[in-house]
Amino acid sequence: MNYRAIQAIYLFEMARTWRTLLQSIVSPVVSTSLYFVVFGAAIGSRITEVEGVSYGTFIVPGLVMLSVLTQSIANASFGIYFPKFAGTIYEILSAPISYLEIVIGYVGAAATKSIILGLIILATAGLFVPLHINHPIWMLTFLVLTAVTFSLFGFIIGIWADGFEKLQMIPMLVVTPLTFLGGSFYSVNMLPQGWRTITLFNPVVYLISGFRWSFFEIADVSVAVSLGMTIGFLVICMAIVAWIFRTGYRLKN
Amino acid sequence: MSSIISVSNLSKSYGSGFKALKGIDLDIKRGEIFGLLGPNGAGKTTLISIICGIVNPSQGSVSIGGHDIIRDYRAARSMIGLVPQELHTDAFESVWATVSFSRGLFGKPKNPAHIEKVLKDLSLWDKKDSKIITLSGGMKRRVMIAKALSHEPQILFLDEPTAGVDVELRKGMWEVVRTLQASGVTIILTTHYIEEAEEMADRIGVINKGEIILIEDKATLMQKLGKKHLTLQLQNKLDAIPETLAVYNLELSADGRAVTYDYDTKGDRTGITSLLSDLRNAGVRISDLDTKQSSLEDIFVSLVRVP
Repeated sequence: MNYRAIQAIYLFEMARTWRTLLQSIVSPVVSTSLYFVVFGAAIGSRITEVEGVSYGTFIVPGLVMLSVLTQSIANASFGIYFPKFAGTIYEILSAPISYLEIVIGYVGAAATKSIILGLIILATAGLFVPLHINHPIWMLTFLVLTAVTFSLFGFIIGIWADGFEKLQMIPMLVVTPLTFLGGSFYSVNMLPQGWRTITLFNPVVYLISGFRWSFFEIADVSVAVSLGMTIGFLVICMAIVAWIFRTGYRLKN
Repeated sequence: MSSIISVSNLSKSYGSGFKALKGIDLDIKRGEIFGLLGPNGAGKTTLISIICGIVNPSQGSVSIGGHDIIRDYRAARSMIGLVPQELHTDAFESVWATVSFSRGLFGKPKNPAHIEKVLKDLSLWDKKDSKIITLSGGMKRRVMIAKALSHEPQILFLDEPTAGVDVELRKGMWEVVRTLQASGVTIILTTHYIEEAEEMADRIGVINKGEIILIEDKATLMQKLGKKHLTLQLQNKLDAIPETLAVYNLELSADGRAVTYDYDTKGDRTGITSLLSDLRNAGVRISDLDTKQSSLEDIFVSLVRVP
């Protein structure tokens, strides 16, 4: 293993995070606070409780997931897309490093950043509503798994994209709708039967459900299924990344 | 000298069907400066990109210091520093950070003294804390060279290193390249400037349309090029070269108004003085004269000209 290379990429990417602190950390925190004001205070005052948890508290795990998902994708896709765009990727490709090391560097940094962000948002939420985490270890497990999985997904998008438009397309048109429809702001059980069945095809439902379970021990689907689906998606992303590097897709051809 | 890079039967076809390289065989000797010349789109950059691991080959093999570039890529790539043609740099990093990053990427432990030396050699030391975006084109080019040298490579690829660099700076870069060679680094230089290849290279290869069409020691090549042509314009038309001048192998122009004499500038005697006096004795009067030397450029142009 070329640990120094992993460290170099990881620190380079983290330096980018600190350099763009306002955009990386502050803006997601501000937008999350807005969600609290709108959904928690304005609308939440009329919904009162979902499955025994006050609405404001209920939406916290969903909001954290919403940010972690979108930020993981954004960080990782931009992290690898930008060297491709600027041409500096030549150095990564010509260095004595394996594909695994490249992925650990980029995805590790993107995931680290979104985990930090998720925790900051959680702390911010604690300022608005009372929070109690029943299973902190599981909470962290789901957080890390999701951050890593979606950073990998973002990495794939970053390699696939050959323009800034494509870079935005998947997050805008696929991920955001899936997240909003995945139970960030409601329990899937609140939907009519037909919609509930359709919703179960949405992978984000499993992430949010599992994550929410670690807080309140309430879940739309069983925790084991949540965990299984999350790991399943992780494995699919890893397989695609492995394929990309084996064939040199969009990188070496 | 043993070869440090060995390319055999290397081909590259792109998805579009374009064949960028067609069965290239090339050996680069340890410690030499190899000048790779070729017109735009000849395959110079593709060849370098494959050797450095940026582009996958379609066929053939490359070994660097005995290490196959695919099977043993870590050992192979560790030996190489690459300075690509385009100015690909990060914008917001400092010079020091980007050069240190390159060293880390190549798995070398931190060595501030080495980085300092590289930056000083390239006259970048006073810019070490500047963001790259604030540097001029020539400085960015040197930053890229510094990145390539940060990990102490044994082989340095310079893809058009002096494109868009002013004369003064170009001379400075040649100095750097010579110093590197003296320290044992093998250098492969692609260039559009024939002058640069003439000045720098020990051997010269010409690539055109994906094929190597010439590889020769520069000395041998220059000897071939050392010939000069003296053209004498005559006052009166000649029908034939006078018998007394047969020894000079003069060539009479079609209109009979000029003769051309080939001589070797490197020879002890050029024979010009005796030619002129023999011409006078033969009663041939000269109205003007002109000398011309065939350059690497002439050879190059004649090699790559589309028939």
